[in-house]
Amino acid sequence: MAVAEAPRIVTSRLGHEDSHTLERYLATGGYEGLRKALTMTPAAVASEVDAVSLLGRGGAGFPAGRKWSMLRQAPTTYLVVNGDESEPATFKDHMLVERDPHQLIEGVVIAAYAIQASRAFVYVRGEFALGLERVQAALNEAYEHGAVGADIFGSGFSVDVVVHPGAGAYICGEETALLESLEGKRGFPRIKPPYFPAAIGLYGEPTVVNNVETLSNLPWVMVNGSEAFTALGAGRSTGTRLFALAGHVHNPGVYEVEMVKTTFRDLVYDPGLGGGIPGGRQLKAIIPGGVSAPWFGPGQLDLPLGQDEVGEAGSMLGSGSIVVMDDSTCVVRAAWRITRFFWRESCGQCTPCREGSGWLEKILRRIEDGAGRESDVDLLMDVCDNLAPGVSWPPQQTTICVLGSSIPSSIASAIRMFRDEFLVHVKEGGCPHG
Amino acid sequence: MTSPAAGGHLSAEVVARARALIGLYPHPRSALIPICHLAQEQDGWLRPEAIEEIAGLLGLEPAEVLGTASFYEMLHTEPVGTYVISLCTNIACMLRGAYDLLEHVETSLGVRPGATTADGMFTLEDAECIADCGRAPCLQVNHRFVGDVTPASFDRLVDDLRAGRLADEIPPHGTLVRVRRAGGLRVDDATIRAERAAAAARAGAGAEGS
Repeated sequence: MAVAEAPRIVTSRLGHEDSHTLERYLATGGYEGLRKALTMTPAAVASEVDAVSLLGRGGAGFPAGRKWSMLRQAPTTYLVVNGDESEPATFKDHMLVERDPHQLIEGVVIAAYAIQASRAFVYVRGEFALGLERVQAALNEAYEHGAVGADIFGSGFSVDVVVHPGAGAYICGEETALLESLEGKRGFPRIKPPYFPAAIGLYGEPTVVNNVETLSNLPWVMVNGSEAFTALGAGRSTGTRLFALAGHVHNPGVYEVEMVKTTFRDLVYDPGLGGGIPGGRQLKAIIPGGVSAPWFGPGQLDLPLGQDEVGEAGSMLGSGSIVVMDDSTCVVRAAWRITRFFWRESCGQCTPCREGSGWLEKILRRIEDGAGRESDVDLLMDVCDNLAPGVSWPPQQTTICVLGSSIPSSIASAIRMFRDEFLVHVKEGGCPHG
Repeated sequence: MTSPAAGGHLSAEVVARARALIGLYPHPRSALIPICHLAQEQDGWLRPEAIEEIAGLLGLEPAEVLGTASFYEMLHTEPVGTYVISLCTNIACMLRGAYDLLEHVETSLGVRPGATTADGMFTLEDAECIADCGRAPCLQVNHRFVGDVTPASFDRLVDDLRAGRLADEIPPHGTLVRVRRAGGLRVDDATIRAERAAAAARAGAGAEGS
């Protein structure tokens, strides 16, 4: 069960203590991708990125190149970096901003050049104090080095980059909420259409919003070319991807693996990756792609880590988070905790999400605490149906953004896979796991 | 419209830094959250006087500043302790014993989540995922990460904080980013527009030529 050795595209410097400094960055090929990009036309850079099928690494998996091509032509265009990583158990962008901030900045400037952005804003989750300091310090160095600011590397291209701290709100990872937040407002997702900020974005101007990991791939793509990137992975899922592995494994952490060529089983059990489940316990379920994703059971372990492969199996790779739950896990408690998160983080604009999340949390809580009723299982599914009619995948939406329609995923998964456990809670008047 | 901040609560240094922040954005209001962080750096929390002066700096009403600030977990409109301890209890930490740890922490500090110790040293928060799940269960103190927390390591952490042994690593609550931006914007909007127009013209000429 050996995992194929793939090049490290975004984690190549992480073995170095000083991976966040300009000195280390330049000693390891830093800013060469940008220098090469600046010798090409912006359109040629954009088509190179379009050719690699760089699926967005934030959660939605929308191809970065296509996003860029949808920009409305206008005198002012903005690039906004989504570094508001908050999906529970997702911690890959956190690592990238702290450990390789120059790689991100180089990716930002390459993207800004390709779309001819007037200014770039790097929105970093407020809780990442060290990450914010590292990105700001790297940006100061990059300005000094001539990689950001006026007439970059003598190319005649200029762009300013501004680091912007968030202040603690999961919903700001939703790109239109992030734009509202960047405008100094409450993080309320905007009503769609327009579906893409490429038409109407920051301050109403055309805007591209890209994820930290997505942009961190660009320096490598420019240096090594699109063919080297598409040689990795398969189908639409090209290149490598970071997976944040958490929960009941020996070695939780962030792993860069080749897409599609690696399976969930590899990630969980390979001695060089997750290293298996501790204590001789068995796997009960995994949550692929963040807590908004439907769960998988042991039967789906051999699925390849590819966007379409996982999508066809009824879930998603989403934010690149994988949570492992062993057979000691109470699924009622797991579903309750995830639902409690959505209830606390609902922005409150839409009734189904604001009210539904609270109802679901209370019902799950009473089942876990031993005050559940037999009818509660059906009641949970009924409330889920009000949030996402049919409780199918991908979910139907009754709300402005997908937070609401993500709430049923964990509850419906737990009930469909482990209905008996809910009933045992009701019959025994509490949690059998103690 | 509120009058501009004058001779007020925010120090001259904070006001100067706030004005520099405003200069980074096409619209002043975008600096609202970064400036709220600065006000918290001065006071530890967002005092009503600070909100009023931030409104003055941005040309907004105080209610608009409060309206935004109250949406965000990290902006505190009530006093908090010198150290805000945010203990994650979300799924990844829960699977690794976060609720048992929370019980210990509550007993150890003598407060429940949302409360501050009587001496004003510690505010406890039951936090959502703080994205350090490789070291679960984890917590933040004033947004500085502490991972692989055990009851014993937590008690040592509290002792170290009380004794001031971590003062260099963990500043008092409110200080978020200690690295300052070196200078403002380097390129004015007119230059950008001219560059982009020239690039577009070149691209157009290239397309015709091909």
